[in-house]
Amino acid sequence: MMDDLLLSAKNLSVRFGGVLAVNNVSFDVKQGEVFTLIGPNGAGKTTVFNLISRIYTPTTGEITYLGPQGMIKLTDQPPQNVASLGIARTFQNIELFEHASVLHNLLIGRHTHRTTSLWQDIFFTAAVRETELKAREKAEEVIDFLGLQHHRDSFVAGLPYGVRKVVEMARALCTEPKLLLLDEPSSGLNVEETDDMAFWIQDIKNELGITVLMVEHDMSLVSKVSDRVLAMNQGEMLAMGTPREVQSDPGVIEAYLGSVDDVSSLRRSTAVQGTSAEAA
Amino acid sequence: MRFIFKTNYGQDINLAKHGGHIFWYSGLMALLLAAPWVFPEYWLAQLTFVLIYSVAGLGLMLLAGFTGLFSLGHAAFLGVGAYTQAVMTNAGVPFPIALVCAAGLSAAVGFVVGLPALRVKGIYLGIATLSFGFIVEEVLARWESVTGGNAGIHIKKPDIFGWVLETGDQFYFLCLVITVLATLGILNLLRSPTGRAFVAIRDSEISAQSMGIHLAYYKTLSFALSAGLAGIAGALYAHKLQFISPDQFNILQSIDLLLMIVVGGVGSVHGAFLGAIFLITMPQAIALFKDYLPAAVGQAPGLQGLIYGLVLIAFVLFEPMGLYGRWLKIRTYLQMFPFYRKGMFKRQKSFQKSDRLK
Repeated sequence: MMDDLLLSAKNLSVRFGGVLAVNNVSFDVKQGEVFTLIGPNGAGKTTVFNLISRIYTPTTGEITYLGPQGMIKLTDQPPQNVASLGIARTFQNIELFEHASVLHNLLIGRHTHRTTSLWQDIFFTAAVRETELKAREKAEEVIDFLGLQHHRDSFVAGLPYGVRKVVEMARALCTEPKLLLLDEPSSGLNVEETDDMAFWIQDIKNELGITVLMVEHDMSLVSKVSDRVLAMNQGEMLAMGTPREVQSDPGVIEAYLGSVDDVSSLRRSTAVQGTSAEAA
Repeated sequence: MRFIFKTNYGQDINLAKHGGHIFWYSGLMALLLAAPWVFPEYWLAQLTFVLIYSVAGLGLMLLAGFTGLFSLGHAAFLGVGAYTQAVMTNAGVPFPIALVCAAGLSAAVGFVVGLPALRVKGIYLGIATLSFGFIVEEVLARWESVTGGNAGIHIKKPDIFGWVLETGDQFYFLCLVITVLATLGILNLLRSPTGRAFVAIRDSEISAQSMGIHLAYYKTLSFALSAGLAGIAGALYAHKLQFISPDQFNILQSIDLLLMIVVGGVGSVHGAFLGAIFLITMPQAIALFKDYLPAAVGQAPGLQGLIYGLVLIAFVLFEPMGLYGRWLKIRTYLQMFPFYRKGMFKRQKSFQKSDRLK
């Protein structure tokens, strides 16, 4: 099993002043799977994402990643190198380039594939034109994949929230990643849009062969697309396993709903009550 | 209403998007080439100044409008360029070599000033560049052995390897060629990966970084390019005035440059030119207008400053996209007549993010 490992976090901890945001978290992401982080607010899920995309540096622990030249220590890389290693991400609160068109945003996603120098750019040589056309073709592939044809030339600032979410995912796909980090892909989307998102995540995994690591609260989406789930609370790991295993884990239920005693009176099914009592 | 039928991706890359562009810009070029024979000498000199300020404006536009970094000390780069040109020309260096040195030195200084931009943003960057402007002004005034101090320095006519440009017409063409080259360079940059990286940094640094854009490299590059263009403008400015002194590169000049791009329209290449036209014609318009005012108002000192201030406030309040934004609206109105709606250019306000001290 070790040879299909894509990313491996070992004993990650981050401390911000007195707050231990992430405490001794370890997990492995295998190639070609959808791995989901769940947990209540403030559990440290996004902090884990920010550790992987090198916005933060872990206080202790390390992340290794299978880059183009074999296994490397991701925590030693500067933040701007993460994209060229094949890790792309989206943001919880959408960080698009607002005063630019959708196409422009997608082309920025091709930045790691630029081959021309500054002087070639200034004179716009034939080589620049050629790479621009190639970048455009790749961007169009992504536009076709996510059905963004109607929005190609619109400015992001004028787009509705749901479309922006898709544009952000498209921009991440334009970098041709091996690992895609999705931070709450369904937040703010309606039921239909969430269904679309589930299909796209499955397509990204099956058709494009991209490994997906995501943070998500919508449990129906999580159980539909995830291969494995890691539940966190207060910066610590609670449970890891298939969506079904994690959902029935007593520690996870407690983290979401409070202690078993608090909620047992609310339960209708006696069968569930039986398992909860054991956990207590 | 014009519909462009697109059949290949190259059409989106070309500078001229349709026949109208080719027609109008060719017309503009023809007018500019014929200008020495069309306009009287005084207006040709003003047009030369418009071109010079446009080059400086292009530089500042790249920095402020496309990379989102403000500079309140841009006159300092103008000064570095002007003094480098003056000292080298007077030492007998031919114009092209002196110009390259002026641009290069200015760019190098811009690179150094860009370093604080890696750490500070918004108003703090404004203060850092402002104080840099004061430092340069002071250096120009105190370093008397080279700059001649507050007494200023005279500069010889430009000499292109033995061909001395004696007349205003010849110098006008020189400025025109340099302006056209600078504009094409900026336009090329903006449609290439480098220019997109600048725009990415302007709109969201954090996601620019996670798209693989090296923030430190592109921010200092933007500062260096911007300062380099200001240096070229400074060199031309020195030749045009034939006499320069440190007080021409003080904070008022920096504010003029900033006013120019804000009035022209931040974030558009056209804005640099429209702003330059505004900046040069405004004093003339005020001078003409003065005669019709009562003496107590018309002859009062500081009238120009007052009008500039009012114009700036009016633009910020009513037309943040500047003259170019206004032109876009007029053009859309004419193109879509009679279907133009008032709210067409209104953007929805984003309440998700703080203003980030932009």
